[in-house]
Amino acid sequence: MTHRQLAPGIVPGRLPAETIACNFADVLAPLDPHEARVAADRCYFCHDAPCITACPTSIDIPLFIRQIATGTPDAAARTIWDQNILGGMCARVCPTETLCEEACVREAAEGKPVEIGRLQRFATDGAMAKGHPYTRAPVTGRKVAVVGAGPAGLACAHRLAMLGHDVVVYDQRPKPGGLNEYGIAAYKATDGFAQAEVDWLLAIGGIDLRLGQALGRDFSLADLRATHDAVFLGIGLPGVNALGIPGEGLAGVHDAVDFIAELRQADLSTLPIGRDVVVIGGGMTAVDAAVQSKLLGAENVTLVYRRGRDRMSASGYEQDHAAQAGVKLVFNAVPLQVLGQGRAEAVEFAYAVDGVPGPETFLLKADQVFKAIGQRLVGVPADVARDGAKLAPQPLPGVWAGGDCTGGGEDLTVTAVAQGRDAAHAIHTALMGA
Amino acid sequence: MANLTSDFIGIKSPNPFWLASAPPTDKKYNVERAFQAGWGGVVWKTLGSEGPPIVNVNGPRYGAVWGADRRLLGLNNIELITDRPLEINLREIKEVKRKWRDRALVISLMVPCDEESWKDILTRIEDTEADGVELNFGCPHGMAERGMGSAVGQVPEYIEMVTRWVKKYSRMPCIVKLTPNVTSILPPAIAAHRGGADAVSLINTIKSITNVDLDNFSPFPMIDGQGSHGGYCGPAVKPIALNMVGEIARHSETRGLPISGIGGVTTWRDAAEFLAMGAGNVQVCTAAMTYGFKIVQEMISGLSQYLDDKGMALSDLVGRAVPNFVEWQDLNLNYVTKARIDQDACIKCGRCFAACEDTSHQAIFMHPGRVFEVNDAECVACNLCVDVCPVEDCITMVELPKGTVDPRTGKVVGDYANWTTHPNNPSARAAE
Repeated sequence: MTHRQLAPGIVPGRLPAETIACNFADVLAPLDPHEARVAADRCYFCHDAPCITACPTSIDIPLFIRQIATGTPDAAARTIWDQNILGGMCARVCPTETLCEEACVREAAEGKPVEIGRLQRFATDGAMAKGHPYTRAPVTGRKVAVVGAGPAGLACAHRLAMLGHDVVVYDQRPKPGGLNEYGIAAYKATDGFAQAEVDWLLAIGGIDLRLGQALGRDFSLADLRATHDAVFLGIGLPGVNALGIPGEGLAGVHDAVDFIAELRQADLSTLPIGRDVVVIGGGMTAVDAAVQSKLLGAENVTLVYRRGRDRMSASGYEQDHAAQAGVKLVFNAVPLQVLGQGRAEAVEFAYAVDGVPGPETFLLKADQVFKAIGQRLVGVPADVARDGAKLAPQPLPGVWAGGDCTGGGEDLTVTAVAQGRDAAHAIHTALMGA
Repeated sequence: MANLTSDFIGIKSPNPFWLASAPPTDKKYNVERAFQAGWGGVVWKTLGSEGPPIVNVNGPRYGAVWGADRRLLGLNNIELITDRPLEINLREIKEVKRKWRDRALVISLMVPCDEESWKDILTRIEDTEADGVELNFGCPHGMAERGMGSAVGQVPEYIEMVTRWVKKYSRMPCIVKLTPNVTSILPPAIAAHRGGADAVSLINTIKSITNVDLDNFSPFPMIDGQGSHGGYCGPAVKPIALNMVGEIARHSETRGLPISGIGGVTTWRDAAEFLAMGAGNVQVCTAAMTYGFKIVQEMISGLSQYLDDKGMALSDLVGRAVPNFVEWQDLNLNYVTKARIDQDACIKCGRCFAACEDTSHQAIFMHPGRVFEVNDAECVACNLCVDVCPVEDCITMVELPKGTVDPRTGKVVGDYANWTTHPNNPSARAAE
């Protein structure tokens, strides 16, 4: 262990640059053609396959795997993209262990499902390199505004463009991609894949991308409704939930989503990280923040969740991944306060029963604290239709919504793609008639 | 361990597993490696007449058909008989036989269809001390066009004639190797029997094209943009071979004629099936070419264990299934079974449903939750669901007891009755 690794506080370069580079390499190597053929041969081509049902975008998985097995992976990619234009990213980030691969009958038979995610990546990576395969229908003259260039917005924009509509996509960030670019652990989407996929997607044409444009700051929803034939909102959940405990404002206490976004854009060898890191939360964001802290060289990383392991929204596979990376998982503990003189030094927790704190407490040393207890919808007009705390699928006349900002389904990339795609068809029907 | 010692038409070998006349038995080096691995015997790759050696192509000789994970299911070859000088083969055969006294060593022969040629070659091999000869009337490629191989095997009169010459000019046991490229295997087998053959061996390879190169539009193996048919072998041909072996084993004119079973033997189980179907021993080629000579060790241990488990001697197994190999008209039409799906074993893939619903009798229900259940009122017991199910023994055929009503036909399951007495049969004979 180097001296640098034991340095107190939040400092860069805890590990040699080459070690960090290695830590953040592709977490699951792509299949080579031989491996893909062997993996594809395992598919039983089930009737009314459970994997299709389990996929939020309903990709015809047995068909695309058969297309790989018969030596036509580009046709496989078309099968994937017909349903999910971001099939390349979904192949990397989908929690397949709780979706298609959990449903795979070979999971029931042998505890070893067909490697659907990796096969999907094999097909889409190969075909993506050959250019964009879709062409647009004759231009309709209709113009649709899409707010948010994340998975929902991009999927919606692409399908609308395909159907012949002109699309303007607005995003407040300097780069498109949404959480594909600013969320998600870096080792799941290496080598600038998120941007490459957006570039490839936009190659269909008919999509005007306007970056650095924020809803409520640079334009209003009313403006968009007045100047476009329809509007799609794929704005995600920009608000971050607060802990609401003393010490939350101390230096060293961050939102995990900000850390992940910064990490995705940073030179990792110069990205500072604490020696003792505490992550509070139980979802994918918490796991991604914790694992990446460890990979940057934090000595101790503890993920603390207020309920039991079985209630964590991060899958068992992700929990194991965190544990394997050296993250300590603590369950049934709620934070009481962040302690420190001007900056975070420790977090005090109380052991809890089903999220309710009991009398016994403990301290965790922490020079860096990441909060990952969920995000919420902010920045939309008060008069829109809602589904609980989120947007309804059609919040206003002429306005559709999809992705994390809406209710229904889990907050997953693949769910956002499905909702964006389906909204595009709903808009098309509304504009052109059934 | 069961005693696997084999005596096939007087030729003794430590086990009934021989290597067939083929590329693996072309020379001393290979044959000695085979004997070291444990093979009971070999049939040396076919020798031709003295003269300029045979010429082979210099491009690919083999084509293949693969199953999942590139498992080789069928092999096709256009290699001819040995392309080495006769003297070298004869010398090596003698050396090998002297060194490996306990192993069977049979020489395969193919010479032009005249008495002098056969007399000459038989004289030439006389002092090799080999255990017997096998007449190659089977190869369907290359030599057939020159009036040899399957060109002889397809004409029963030639088979009988040549076999008589061989028995006339040689004291050696004579095995006649038959080609499957005929309408019926019986006339060639009967001809061999009439000609005095001590045994027949079958099958030789089947005329085939394994695949077509879709870039060059040529059959494969492709030689300079063109291909010719080859001889097909390997696991894919086993069903064809088993039927032909069984037909000879049960036929009145050939019953009792020893058979050396050949065709896709890959495991001990395949070998046991050939033996049960009437073969006295088996010959193997493709499995050895795919996995190497070591596979014989699994064949030996597997067959031994099977015989021990059954309490049988090797000789008890030979022909055991022949009496049960009958014609369709002899089958019991009152044997009624229904498919049963073991819900605990079912992995819910639904292939049985797709197969039955799309291509059979709509006899499987798909209930909510992907529960698949057989509808006895529609099930004709075709067995397709069993065949397509990826889980062994998940779907089984259960016999309806005599006296119960078949829900499909509404008829009571009765005693044995076959087509010959069935009322729908215009030529049915009244039961006596």
